Amino acid sequence: MKFKNYLETIAGIEIFPMISLLVFVVFFVALIFFVVKADKNYINHMQQIPFDKEQ
Amino acid sequence: MEQEKFYYDNKIVKQFAYATIFWGLIGMTVGLLVALQFVFPALSFNWAPTTFGRVRPVHTNAVIFAFVGNGIFTGVYYSLQRLCKARMFNDTMSKIHFWGWQGIIVAAALTLFAGFTTGKEYAELEWPIDIAIALVWVIFGWNMFGTILKRRERHLYVAIWFYIATFVTVAVLHIVNSFELPVSLFKSYSLYAGVQDALVQWWYGHNAVAFFLTTPYLGLMYYFVPKAAERPVYSYRLSIIHFWALIFLYIWAGPHHLLYTALPDWAQSLGVVFSVMLIAPSWGGMINGLLTLRGAWDKVRESVVLKFMVVAVTAYGMATFEGPMLSLKNVNAIAHFTDWIVAHVHIGALGWNGFMTFGMLYWLYPRLFGKELYSKKLANFHFWIATLGILFYAIPMYWAGFTQSLMWKQFTPEGFLKYPNFLETVTQLIPLYALRSLGGLLYLIGFIVMIYNLIKTAKSGHDVVDEEAFAAPLAKEYQPHSKDHWHRVIERKPIQMLVLSLVVILIGGAIEMIPTFMIESNIPTIASVKPYTPLELQGRDIYIREGCYTCHSQMIRPFRSETERYGEYSKAGEFIYDHPFQWGSKRTGPDLAREGGKYPDSWHFNHMEEPTSMSPGSIMPNYPWLIEDELDIASTPAKIRAMQTLGVPYPAGFDAIAVDNLNQQANKIAEGLKKDGIEVKGDREIIAMIAYLQRMGTDIKGNKTVQN
Repeated sequence: MKFKNYLETIAGIEIFPMISLLVFVVFFVALIFFVVKADKNYINHMQQIPFDKEQ
Repeated sequence: MEQEKFYYDNKIVKQFAYATIFWGLIGMTVGLLVALQFVFPALSFNWAPTTFGRVRPVHTNAVIFAFVGNGIFTGVYYSLQRLCKARMFNDTMSKIHFWGWQGIIVAAALTLFAGFTTGKEYAELEWPIDIAIALVWVIFGWNMFGTILKRRERHLYVAIWFYIATFVTVAVLHIVNSFELPVSLFKSYSLYAGVQDALVQWWYGHNAVAFFLTTPYLGLMYYFVPKAAERPVYSYRLSIIHFWALIFLYIWAGPHHLLYTALPDWAQSLGVVFSVMLIAPSWGGMINGLLTLRGAWDKVRESVVLKFMVVAVTAYGMATFEGPMLSLKNVNAIAHFTDWIVAHVHIGALGWNGFMTFGMLYWLYPRLFGKELYSKKLANFHFWIATLGILFYAIPMYWAGFTQSLMWKQFTPEGFLKYPNFLETVTQLIPLYALRSLGGLLYLIGFIVMIYNLIKTAKSGHDVVDEEAFAAPLAKEYQPHSKDHWHRVIERKPIQMLVLSLVVILIGGAIEMIPTFMIESNIPTIASVKPYTPLELQGRDIYIREGCYTCHSQMIRPFRSETERYGEYSKAGEFIYDHPFQWGSKRTGPDLAREGGKYPDSWHFNHMEEPTSMSPGSIMPNYPWLIEDELDIASTPAKIRAMQTLGVPYPAGFDAIAVDNLNQQANKIAEGLKKDGIEVKGDREIIAMIAYLQRMGTDIKGNKTVQN
């Protein structure tokens, strides 16, 4: 039941936050790229979903 | 395509709306009581269930899980059906969800008043209730996904993504944070200890704010603000970025609750960086909400619904600007453990969650009952008195936070603490606490006016239980566009959406926590740190039961102002036997991490019986029942065995002699007290409490502390 520490130590733990940052930046840039490229008709359709009138 | 006729289930929406209102009233009234206890300590009534340590968790749980929780379900059940153009998947499941959730709330309130608590903030409920929450939550998710799967609108509107992310993340958070080993029906120990427990707890705690108080309400914002303003959201593109960036970033930010604590430094930095970045998607969302009203600001003057929503979104913007600021280490050094944090969360709770709920209810009631709102005037009165209430709440609390923090840190030219007596820094704040109570009272009055207004509206209207609607079913064969946008593809696929959300939040959770769990050197062991004696362990459980952590921290940060006041700063290795950790998050009273040996046993005895006898002016409640009540000694062997299972190195067979060991230590303390003229039997709870208090922080201890 006890949580064991499986490794004695880890070299260069400081790199963890850097990796995290990098993962996010890549994710974010890709996201922006695709969103900017999104089709206008589709965006308009999505915006109108809460309203019954259109379709 | 031929139109199908179907009915929206309005009954379940109404039921959740009633529950929102009912629990809101309870939660806020209890909130007013706890606020008044700061000003009039007699309001603890010398009775265990009404002391601050027990009532405060009732307040937080009632407001978060009962008021806001039911508010979420009201909005989700209304908007999801309309966005999917389908009735809820299964009426029975809706019913089980509703009654199950209310049952959990009642059980939560009763057990918390009775002192059954895990001692982990916002996750205080004991293990049987935790299991019930998980089951009811799964039913909610099942019902939601069933509805999504039989929808008549191919694309999932942004609000639904927020609901999906809420469902999946809350499930993960709740399960991971609730790993605990039951000792009896209403007592369990956290599987994690010390630093690990703290990290998991604040990963949970922060994301409970993120995924229970924020993402579902953002979903509601994306539905109800456009509906109320009668125009689409400002930028749908921005909402896509808002959603993904927000859920990606939020999950990393938990460690900002643990800055300058014994948590490893790299994890603290991680929390800071991601918290600061969080401002971008949060403000993107706020701007998106506010700019939805572009060209329609004149409507805000007319519509009380929009008034509430505009202030709600503004409060969201304020709180999410303040959050990243508070997570900067230099700001946090001042703000942490003070009333500044209390102000911050109430901007969120009263402003964002409260006002969004009110706006939603004022919009929903006329539609659910086919009748105009009973009185616009009263609704406007509610708006203004509640806004005033927030100001009267927040401003004094900010003031109190700055004041107390500066007083803690003030040195004389000679290099001594200017206010060595902690109590001075508390009594200074009493007028501000009184003002805060006034703010709470104003807010509550507004709430009661709303209840009257809504009841009048409902009574004069008619019950629309099943609302008729028409929509064409989805074509079986979907012809995708030749060059489909990737996000367009996901939006058609709720299950993939769920999995992707899950992956996104797990990346953050994993990187944040795995190193602390896997690597020994992250929590250096200290040879002199030994497990608690059976009596101390029992005392610690009383400490947890009475909710001492709601006012006292056990974490001395490495600042001169703290080491001067409390002693040597806290080390990660000191907490390895603490299941659960009790670092606390607020210092209404002084830190207790090195309380052991600071005062004689007799001082603690008198102080627990009547704090003002030892510290005149203290606002701590009296704990007379600790002296009257017998300690539950029979539970000792089971507790020792549980601790052994969790890895605490008691020698084999120690459970068999634990009671003898306990009695010996207890009698010694009772004899010592007798010498000081205090007659008390060795089998009383107070003895265990004293044993624990005297043990705290003595494994390693610096000598230079001041009395406080």
